[in-house]
Amino acid sequence: MRTTPTAPRPAVRRLAFGIGTIALLATLAACNREQRRFRESPPSTSPSAVRVSALQPGTVQDTAHAPGPYDDVAYHVSEGQRLFGWYNCAGCHANGGGGMGPPLMDEKWIYGSAPEQIFNTIVQGRPNGMPSFAGKIPTPQVWELVAYVRSLSAQNSTGARSARSDHMMMYPGSGSLQDATTPVKSFHPPAAEMP
Amino acid sequence: MSDRTATATPTVDRFEREIAELERTYRSHANPFWAWVTSVDHKSIGKRYIVTCFGFFVLAGLNAGLMRLQLSRPENHIVGPDRYNQLFTVHGSAMMFLFAVPVMTAFATYLIPLMVGTKEVAYPRLNAFGYWTFLIGGIFLFAGLYTNTGPDAGWFAYVPLSGPQYSPGKRVDIWAQVVTFTEIAALVAAVEMIVTIFKMRAPGMSLNRIPLYVWSILAVSFMIVFAMPSVAIASTAMLAMDRLVATHFFNRAEGGDPLLWQHLFWFFGHPEVYIMFIPGLGFISSIVETFTGRKIFAYPVMVLALFVTAFVAFGLWVHHMFATPIPQLGRSLFTAASVLIAIPTGVQIFCWIATIWAGRPRYTTAMLFALGFIVVFTIGGMTGVMIASVPFDLQVHDTYFIVAHFHYVILGGVVFPLFGACYLYFPKITGRLMSETLGRWHFWLFFVGVNVTFFPMHLLGLDGMPRRVYTYLPEMGWGTLNLIASAGAVPIVASVAVFIVNVARSAVVGVVAGANPWNAPGLEWATSSPPPAWNFHPLPVVTGRFPLWEAGDELPVATGLATDRREVLVTTALDAVPDNRHEHPGESHWPLVMAIAVGVTFIGAVWNPWAYVIGFVIASIAFAGWGWPRGTKPEQQVTRGRVPATEAR
Amino acid sequence: MMLVDGLRGALNQSALEPAGPQAATVAHLWWFAFIVASAVYLATMGALWWAARRARRREERGEVLDEALAEPRMTRGVTWATAATIVILLVFLVTDLSVGRTLSPVPSKRPLTIEVTGHQWWWEVAYADTSPHGRFTTANEIHVPTGRPVLFVLNSQDVIHSIWVPNLAGKKDLIPGYTQSWWFQADTAGLYRGQCAEFCGLQHAKMAFQVVAESPDRFARWVSLQQQPAMSSTDSTASRGREVFLTGPCAMCHSIEGTSAGSHAGPDLTHLASRRTIAAGTLPNTRGALAGWIVDPQRIKPGANMPPNQLEPKDLDALLTYLQSLK
Repeated sequence: MRTTPTAPRPAVRRLAFGIGTIALLATLAACNREQRRFRESPPSTSPSAVRVSALQPGTVQDTAHAPGPYDDVAYHVSEGQRLFGWYNCAGCHANGGGGMGPPLMDEKWIYGSAPEQIFNTIVQGRPNGMPSFAGKIPTPQVWELVAYVRSLSAQNSTGARSARSDHMMMYPGSGSLQDATTPVKSFHPPAAEMP
Repeated sequence: MSDRTATATPTVDRFEREIAELERTYRSHANPFWAWVTSVDHKSIGKRYIVTCFGFFVLAGLNAGLMRLQLSRPENHIVGPDRYNQLFTVHGSAMMFLFAVPVMTAFATYLIPLMVGTKEVAYPRLNAFGYWTFLIGGIFLFAGLYTNTGPDAGWFAYVPLSGPQYSPGKRVDIWAQVVTFTEIAALVAAVEMIVTIFKMRAPGMSLNRIPLYVWSILAVSFMIVFAMPSVAIASTAMLAMDRLVATHFFNRAEGGDPLLWQHLFWFFGHPEVYIMFIPGLGFISSIVETFTGRKIFAYPVMVLALFVTAFVAFGLWVHHMFATPIPQLGRSLFTAASVLIAIPTGVQIFCWIATIWAGRPRYTTAMLFALGFIVVFTIGGMTGVMIASVPFDLQVHDTYFIVAHFHYVILGGVVFPLFGACYLYFPKITGRLMSETLGRWHFWLFFVGVNVTFFPMHLLGLDGMPRRVYTYLPEMGWGTLNLIASAGAVPIVASVAVFIVNVARSAVVGVVAGANPWNAPGLEWATSSPPPAWNFHPLPVVTGRFPLWEAGDELPVATGLATDRREVLVTTALDAVPDNRHEHPGESHWPLVMAIAVGVTFIGAVWNPWAYVIGFVIASIAFAGWGWPRGTKPEQQVTRGRVPATEAR
Repeated sequence: MMLVDGLRGALNQSALEPAGPQAATVAHLWWFAFIVASAVYLATMGALWWAARRARRREERGEVLDEALAEPRMTRGVTWATAATIVILLVFLVTDLSVGRTLSPVPSKRPLTIEVTGHQWWWEVAYADTSPHGRFTTANEIHVPTGRPVLFVLNSQDVIHSIWVPNLAGKKDLIPGYTQSWWFQADTAGLYRGQCAEFCGLQHAKMAFQVVAESPDRFARWVSLQQQPAMSSTDSTASRGREVFLTGPCAMCHSIEGTSAGSHAGPDLTHLASRRTIAAGTLPNTRGALAGWIVDPQRIKPGANMPPNQLEPKDLDALLTYLQSLK
């Protein structure tokens, strides 16, 4: 333990180094987050990952999920937001608050909230209302929707999300996703109604 | 400089003793890096400010080079739209916010205290703070560009395109915060300039004896004080908050208004043009005066013209918005103002021509740039009057005609005078003359390049080519003119390269210049080149508008300022009668700390609103350090006291 | 033939080749301003050159300027130059304001009304002038009858755009939440290209459209054709293509009147084959260009909202046949 008056010097240096490292990492993160990939086609996932219950028969499966290709990419999250309106997702899910369909602003989802689970939910459809969009939405756009839907419940980086859209807000502050983890109104359908 | 007016002629001994004491008083830190960081000398700050601005000029110019490369052929694929939008946005923003305005501030920082004959700039630490803030902001912008986070919504950042929905990511946030940095830097510099010019002039330099360049800086400083807050509020308070915390200033669906942005932006944006350009007029007056060896004709008219321009400049902003819903009467008003602002500038050009006629012009490089200014800028002025017309503007608005127009205005009205000023003041700043041979190469390459690049753009605009397009179809028939314009970029690049070589070479091996190599009239030439840290000792006393021409090398002086501390003479605003003495602070690192606090606040706020809190804490510490009593004993502190009447005249 | 037509039309985007009264007035104003400005510029440069030469000659001859004479001469010169400048500027201002006043009010003479909505990065064009059931929507191509003023109601779906047809009229901004009006009249039949003039994002450069000015008869014929729903072709390849369109991703964004495709996110394709260009004035409407656009639109307009579509070659062929049957 050094308590001599010269001690602050290395501390300052460490601090400077720390700040520098953080700045560098932030910069590199920004690089990725700001990419706009117009012409690529990310792969679709295997359609096996549906889980409807927390219980698992047999051995415990690995629950780690790979991130979606666009999860933290601001441009694609915002493209997902546009498509959410264009493909009328909002018709049932409202702007994430839920309506005819379940809300998307919490992360407790019947068919899982991991990127590939959402991908499969969109592509395959789910009983009691969720139609299948297979063949209707090109794969890159499905991934963009996945990234946006996950951003509604703050599951991906806050830096990638837009603070609001240019539309009417449903209730004051609903445009802000900063506090999306604590939605004003949460809607959990009983398990019996929605298998 | 000898003393012929003081009643008691100081002995050589006493003079040398005072100089030695000044050297101790103005001694900077022993460690050269720390000395650089803590310096509050307006000349040191001014030099690094100028170099930094030219650095950003080169970087932003490289952007332009890439853009010209992309546009040289139709359907070119050198850069895509995503990259191109970043390139032109950063080009425009950097040229405006990081070059044209601050480089004028930078020169003013260096020159104004010398021109008004005082030892230091007012608020020297604020001056250092302004520079650091500017530097952080500029680096932030280019760091963004080089990490693919460059702003891409145009330098005007119209909402809703720049709003949260249509500009995802952090690109536009960076733009909004960079604007804030540069506005802070410009505002503090403006305040310093106003105070320096009003309260720190050499004894006897009454308002009617102020050099025209100083008048131009005064006019511009007032413009900055009125114009900059508008965009600072629009970008920092409104756009950044819309994007960060989802306010609705510009969301039409929730009662906001996208047009509000345009009004706030152009209320700053149009005066901005004159903020860049009026110091250029001041430079031209300095150059013409120096190199014709004759006073500028009609001094009061010139001063009046500067202030009329500065005033009317605030009544033009809507001419950027003629295609938006503006009532007929409003359009007519702004058309009239836009047409009539040509009068004061025209008058100044006529006065310069009259001065050249009556003088003995020496065609140095600086003078060539002044003549180049008249030739190039007048074209921009002509097209400027044309586009004041609403029907005509609606045809060429947002086309390459406008690109041509404002490049003629800005290159002609800002960059030509600026290059001229570089040749004029380089010997003062470095003590050595720049090479005239290289200077001529620089001038002619630049002159040819500017015209070859930008003249065809008038025709492109009339032929229907819009601005801010990353490419165009081959069928449009714009290929040839675009190729010519792109070819013109080559001599421009070459001329800037020649300039850089000239500066670097001349700084080392240039001909050593005396205190006044050009036989110029102003006080800045009354001290050695480069000036000592304290500029003048003893202080010069002014008896006319052209101290050095009138007095030769026998300039009257005032003595009596303490030499054991950094004391400056405060004079009255109108007649510059000595009023009191004021002690200035010495070297300090707190301006840098404060600038870092600002940096943490605004850069951090791009990602997280908590940055405001953290920044506030750091800023509080910096405030405390900045304002901490300097430890001078009460009896040593300078009390309000008048300079003995015998010592100042 | 249509390709050649399209290309010739594309060249026509000059403010100085007017085809209607508005652009013609502005072109006249430009030539007036250009001549006056050139004269003033040459006079100023001449004065500068003369002044510099006189000063030089005086020096060469070793003359000394008589200050008593010089000052009044300079005063006179500057005063006259300033007075001339003021007069010229006032003349220009008056001309300008009077031109502005004649051009801005919409002529009351029975204008045709067209609604134009700006989208990133295409133009939605709706003809609302006739009876309610006669309303129809098209995209990126505005047909107007010659000799009749056309009133536009402008709006924007997303960001600010600006509509501009240099041969016919100057521009007007399309601002979300504001409804603006704009008008022009085409006197000469022909194809005039227009382009978005306000920076609107990634594909601002390729957001063009064409104005087709034609005789009132031909215009009326075009209108009645456009009011029809899409032809249902009996050709088997075309009906297969229709199937691809309706079951595939196309119908998620595009609408075709007379089918179940009714999404309005993208341009209306009811009479796609009757248009001269696709992708907002970017490509000629040929089979090859259409195929390239459907499969890889991001190569042609990177960042545009049309996604790449992976289709079986047979499906693509059928889809193209179907789209080309939509006359």
